[in-house]
Amino acid sequence: MTDTLRLTAEEAMGLVERGEASGAELHAAYLDAIRDRDGELNAYLRTVDEADGAGVPIAFKDLISSKGVETTAGSKILSGYIPVFDSTVASRCREAGLPLLGKTNMDEFAMGSSTENSAFGPTRNPWDPDRVPGGSSGGSAAAVAAGLAPWALGSDTGGSVKQPASLCGIVGLRPTYGTVSRYGIVAFASSLDQIGPMTKTVRDNALLYRIVAGRDHCDTTTVELPEPVAIPDREDLKGVRVGVPRELNEAEGIEPGVKEAVDRTIELCRELGADVGETSLPRAVEYGLACYYLVAPAEASSNLARYDGARYGLRVDGPNVREMYEKTRDAGFGDEPKRRIMLGAYALSAGYYDAYYGQAQRVRTVIAQEHAAAFEQFDVLVSPTSPTVAFKLGEKAENPLAMYLSDVLTIPSNMAGLPGLSIPCGLSDGLPVGFQLIGPQFSENLLFRTGHALERAIGFDFVPGRLQ
Amino acid sequence: MAITRDEVLHVAKLARLELSDDEIDRFTDQLSAILEAVAKVSELDLSDVEPTAHPLDLVNVWAEDEPRPSLSVDEALANAPDRHGGFFKVPPA
Repeated sequence: MTDTLRLTAEEAMGLVERGEASGAELHAAYLDAIRDRDGELNAYLRTVDEADGAGVPIAFKDLISSKGVETTAGSKILSGYIPVFDSTVASRCREAGLPLLGKTNMDEFAMGSSTENSAFGPTRNPWDPDRVPGGSSGGSAAAVAAGLAPWALGSDTGGSVKQPASLCGIVGLRPTYGTVSRYGIVAFASSLDQIGPMTKTVRDNALLYRIVAGRDHCDTTTVELPEPVAIPDREDLKGVRVGVPRELNEAEGIEPGVKEAVDRTIELCRELGADVGETSLPRAVEYGLACYYLVAPAEASSNLARYDGARYGLRVDGPNVREMYEKTRDAGFGDEPKRRIMLGAYALSAGYYDAYYGQAQRVRTVIAQEHAAAFEQFDVLVSPTSPTVAFKLGEKAENPLAMYLSDVLTIPSNMAGLPGLSIPCGLSDGLPVGFQLIGPQFSENLLFRTGHALERAIGFDFVPGRLQ
Repeated sequence: MAITRDEVLHVAKLARLELSDDEIDRFTDQLSAILEAVAKVSELDLSDVEPTAHPLDLVNVWAEDEPRPSLSVDEALANAPDRHGGFFKVPPA
């Protein structure tokens, strides 16, 4: 029986190529691991029994439409919804022969940073089940970390791939906006949503990105990649200019243990031959969070208008169509989507539009300009991914604003449409710390190269201690 | 309070959410706290800055006008809570 805990996707690919394991055997081995270990974690909302494909199996966050397999986005309002078509990323995985293992848990409509906002119960962190896996792609992160999937897809709007990757000790890429199709993805905030690979290693990440990225005629916001995806192999950082933005590295709330691990990694960049220097993103960091919590809810209030009980998902009957809408939406949405829908509707409403939404769009321009200025001097910018390690379940559940702060370091670059890679860089109190690498648009190859060299030098053991 | 109870009710109506009394109280407090935090964007004078609606500068994205297979009526209605022939069925307006 294959030991799935340590197996990387690349190693699994080797097993298939050499005829040592079939796709179906790998699929069965992961289903066994899920039966053994997922009772405690709740990473999966449902699994797929039959292996459809001869390659390395994969898990999808439950907002990725998969034909014939229930897709709920973690919400009661989509309970029982069975897509009649595949999302483009699902078709590309199918064409690459990757059998689907199942759909992973998430914060409802990707709104959250802990996976506690799922309508189907929280996911727990494989490093410590009293703690959250991060979110909103917490199910995908926990599945990969616990060896319940060799790789997985998540989605990232404000940090929903990078932050859970950080909290679970795995690698997560939020790609450049427009490089991965959103066709068939349950929409949250369309100018920010991106699908991203979640993996044990940087090379696995590049391999999966290569499968899903590229222009799609079904999503007019996608573009061709300017260069093919390169699977990284260099182990030095000679010639790479690494910028350390002060505000991202000295933000209030960064835990001392996180700061130490990140500072050690910055030193490592130097030892590997990079030119390291300090830089600044003054307004991007100070105003990023406020900007995000106006833009994203505004887009969400529009995107979530479609859940009306008329065409799919939950319906709560009423005497007329309007009451049917209102009762359905009250019963179907959890608190966080309701808060964001109302916040967005308010920010867009007459009399407040210019002060809130219009102003936030201008702040967004400033954030992009500040990053562009930093990239005149540097190739990549680095910081902690999350100010903290994984926090306890329930710790922030009653205070939405405290939860929002989990993404204070991932949001600024997301607003500018920039790619970001989170790699594990060490432990603090026995819990993983994530290192965030940000590059200019379409610089994924450089992020992979930098991340891979650091990964080799750090030698992080991605198997949680308690599962060894 | 950055937002009043009446404003919450008004926004809930715009968003077609029928909220319970308990929800209205809770959301009034929480939305007030969130709005106070996000109002931080108004500290900046950005009257000379162009707004950004989208992170990529894409203009005129064309596609070939070629027919492709689409969903059948039965597929489109497969998830409907209620149907009437080839239509989605809803209560009277």
